[in-house]
Amino acid sequence: MSQEGLDAQTPTGSPDQVKAVHQAKAPSAVTSSPDVADNGSASEWSGFVPGRWQHVIDVRDFIQRNVTSYEGDEGFLAAPSARTKAVWEKLQPYFKEEIRKGVLDVDAKTPSSLTAHKPGYIDRDNELIVGLQTDVPFRRAIMPYGGLRMVESGLKAAGIEPDPIVHEIFTKYRKTHNDGVFDAYTPEIMACRRSHIITGLPDAYGRGRIIGDYRRVALYGTDRLLAAKRADRALLDAKWPTDDVIREREELAEQMRALADLATMAKNYGCDITRPATNAREAVQWTYFGYLGAVKEANGAAMSIGRISSFLDIYIERDLKSGTLDEAGAQELIDQLVQKLRIVRFLRTPEYDALFSGDPYWATECVGGMDLNGRALVTRTSFRTLHTLTNLGPAPEPNITVLWSKQLPDAFKRYCIKVSAETSSIQYENDDLMRPYWGDDYGIACCVSAMRIGGQMQFFGARVNLGKCLLYAINGGRDEVSGDQIGPASSPVAGDVLDYDDVMEKFDGMMEWLARTYVHSMNCIHYMHDKYYYERLEMALHDQQILRTMAFGIAGLSVVADSLSAIKYAKVKPVRRDDGLVVAYEIEGDFPKYGNNDDRVDSIAADLVSTFMKKIRKHPTYRNAVHTQSVLTITSNVVYGKNTGNTPDGRKAGEPFAPGANPMHGRDSHGWLASCLSVAKLPYADAQDGISYTVSVTPSFNRLDQSEKIGQAVKVLDTYCGQGGFHMNLNVLNRDTLLDAMENPDKYPQLTIRVSGYAVNFVRLTREQQMDVISRTFHGEA
Amino acid sequence: MADEPWAHSRYDLRLAQSPDAPETAEFNDQKGDFGWIHSYETGSTVDGPGIRVTVFMSGCLLRCLYCHNPDTWHLKDGTSVPFERAERALASYAAPLRAMGGGLTISGGEPLVQLHFTQRLFASAKGMGLHTALDTSGFLGARADDDYLRNVDLVLLDIKSWDPATYRRTTGQDVKPTLRFAERLAALGKPVWVRFVLVPGLTDDPANIEGIARFVAPMSNVEWVEVLPFHQMGVFKWKTMGLQYELLDTPTPSPDLVARVIGQFRDAGCRAR
Repeated sequence: MSQEGLDAQTPTGSPDQVKAVHQAKAPSAVTSSPDVADNGSASEWSGFVPGRWQHVIDVRDFIQRNVTSYEGDEGFLAAPSARTKAVWEKLQPYFKEEIRKGVLDVDAKTPSSLTAHKPGYIDRDNELIVGLQTDVPFRRAIMPYGGLRMVESGLKAAGIEPDPIVHEIFTKYRKTHNDGVFDAYTPEIMACRRSHIITGLPDAYGRGRIIGDYRRVALYGTDRLLAAKRADRALLDAKWPTDDVIREREELAEQMRALADLATMAKNYGCDITRPATNAREAVQWTYFGYLGAVKEANGAAMSIGRISSFLDIYIERDLKSGTLDEAGAQELIDQLVQKLRIVRFLRTPEYDALFSGDPYWATECVGGMDLNGRALVTRTSFRTLHTLTNLGPAPEPNITVLWSKQLPDAFKRYCIKVSAETSSIQYENDDLMRPYWGDDYGIACCVSAMRIGGQMQFFGARVNLGKCLLYAINGGRDEVSGDQIGPASSPVAGDVLDYDDVMEKFDGMMEWLARTYVHSMNCIHYMHDKYYYERLEMALHDQQILRTMAFGIAGLSVVADSLSAIKYAKVKPVRRDDGLVVAYEIEGDFPKYGNNDDRVDSIAADLVSTFMKKIRKHPTYRNAVHTQSVLTITSNVVYGKNTGNTPDGRKAGEPFAPGANPMHGRDSHGWLASCLSVAKLPYADAQDGISYTVSVTPSFNRLDQSEKIGQAVKVLDTYCGQGGFHMNLNVLNRDTLLDAMENPDKYPQLTIRVSGYAVNFVRLTREQQMDVISRTFHGEA
Repeated sequence: MADEPWAHSRYDLRLAQSPDAPETAEFNDQKGDFGWIHSYETGSTVDGPGIRVTVFMSGCLLRCLYCHNPDTWHLKDGTSVPFERAERALASYAAPLRAMGGGLTISGGEPLVQLHFTQRLFASAKGMGLHTALDTSGFLGARADDDYLRNVDLVLLDIKSWDPATYRRTTGQDVKPTLRFAERLAALGKPVWVRFVLVPGLTDDPANIEGIARFVAPMSNVEWVEVLPFHQMGVFKWKTMGLQYELLDTPTPSPDLVARVIGQFRDAGCRAR
């Protein structure tokens, strides 16, 4: 392969964020440079095309110079090895028992850290890739730094007594993130939390959504990474100690301690990760150690692994070439890595589970995508990663995300669709849309949040309930369920019929208040999270200068858009209680509904996204993070709906919202194409943290053969992305199968479905959420 | 009705949506300035090649026993839509349809009831670079002159039976106009997909199928013969509309029967599926 033109290029497009990234990235590269090169030449790197990556920490440069794009089909893939099957066999009883029992085991006495637990194994003779979160598979760890209450309530739900010593330490001697946040919250924020207009905030648990560049462990080894950190530290030492500088020094010290601890952790497993990986097995193992360290210390809502397949492919290719590895062996490495990624477990509470059901941890791995030179970053290992869904069966984790570009090799596109049809375990995100913003080495945190690997992190902020906000506007700031005054007291709507202009004016004011309160709460949360629950290892696998985003979110977009459309195009009469509180609505006439490619209402939805984003941007953020926003609910759309009264679109109190950016259930009455086009109109520029859209199609028995169907599905995705669509969660499911699975969960231990932004094991959803999934629009004959 | 499963879907019964519309049989559409449309759906893959936007027109002169859209029989069942609005709606799908190699299918009801409206819509679609398909029983085929057919790339022609008595029992009408239309399409070389709905006990007589197969086999313009197995998905509409549904106890055809019928077509030399 030609090496010409492979130098790093500036991404096209000119959003401010891209500029910010470049400004942020440059200094780190400089500060890191001297020590890496001086740290001896590396025999581990023999056979690799040399370059900048040898002198500075720059994994992207390494990939650019060494990756081998693969344009062929899946014909080369290998079946699972005997060892892989043996390990998998050992894990099956745990999976089965977990469906029945939930949490199997917790080590309640040992607050987790990189080195807190002894090494653990599943099947030592057959495990090629080793490392568990604790000393026993499926034994969950406690991570009380986020909040003790969360730990203890999780333990109680699992039927395990909290440990008195841990309790004493984290009440008497050591403050947690959770304690810190509530010291800073205002009564107003507390009221918003209580009334569920702002929910899911990471104020009692780990924020997650940070992706360490775990590849660095393999490429450089911890010694070189430490050397680069020392160089960064020297620069910081020369700076005058403002609050920021002192904080950075302390964080850097923590990072360096984490790297040393990570090496100790690996040493306990018999591996020396102070040096770079020498072969493919070590590259997989070292990378996994980086990730394992992260999930030992951070109980983040989403713990993505990043974009490792094509990186690992470089090592696999080198070993294949030298004859030390064959295809079966290559697949075995990836299968065994994925086995490990499937058994990550965190201790969480029933309340958390109601929001994000099915024990997700979003070990999101991105495959595909194009680079800035127009070359596909599709490698044989992209195929191998997808192939794990066949070798090991469907599963929600790792959350495999295909970065879709129109330019991807056709054989790869077709293979993705084929695996989707068989497993419903893949999500698609528009690489052509994201690349201009985030370059060609970004990963997806959680479901839809793009970030440059190792150069960017986000302050995760869950979401606000926009549906409730509209009801507050109508009721002068009073909550429609409790009747309490939560928002600023203002005049409620008067008269017998809702007037669009009047409601919009009031709604605008209420959004203004909500945005301000929301940013306020996020600043408190992330200040305390950095202070009490800093992700030292994940951040050690970042550059020193990074771009921080603060990721806000909205729920209920389609409810609000339809409500405003009803008010505008039909006649909506408020029904008031004795005390004047509007608690219901009577609608006369028809109105356009979001999801039908009807600009009259789609423009309302798109404007809402931009309007709320503008209001969010008005308020300064902690550490000057760049404001972003998502339209994503995951499974929390059920809980949001439950806590929200009747809405002017005709939705009844308690009924679920649509997930993410989806149209409301059953209202997209003109087929999936119309529905897709409506969603594609939402502006990514004002929702840079992602726009989630879930589509379920029923496998049809029409005349097309399999190959034609795949070809059509490829065109559909190309077209949806070409129209500006950001994300598609594709399910190929039969409603009857789901109904049967509700009644007979034992028959479907691995039935996997995509919900908003992630996949879940269907039989592990709550019954309410199962019903919600089933009631959603199914598009037939697709 | 809002709580019924088909509310807000294309099965949303549009009864009395246009009570002042003319009776279907007497209607003579001269200008096509507006049309009565039952509904439209996007994303179908079964109504022609590629991904389709399918417009369901109101009004039909046949009364097929197995009709799954009895809510499209009368013009009055549709919503009166100005031509420009229909054209605008279609235009909003043109780019993606082109990208997916799809197009517009006009179905119904019977599109040829509203001759000029559908003619104009087809012409518009061609102007947008879309593939066009006419889904028709052929009963009103004589109305579609060569000018009309110029903007139609494909005809989905339902030949509901060969045997005249069976055809009449199935549809309430005469089979001849459909056969004449088929011959005309063959003479024009217009691409056709023949469709045949297989109803056990009604249309499954081997001789009935043999007749269609032998009739169609020599026609080189017929690209496909599609055998559509009868289903009961339309039954709720008959019930809701208070109509007498005769096929309540009719089973869906067994795979063996479907295979036999496809085999019959193939044996006669048709490309069937």
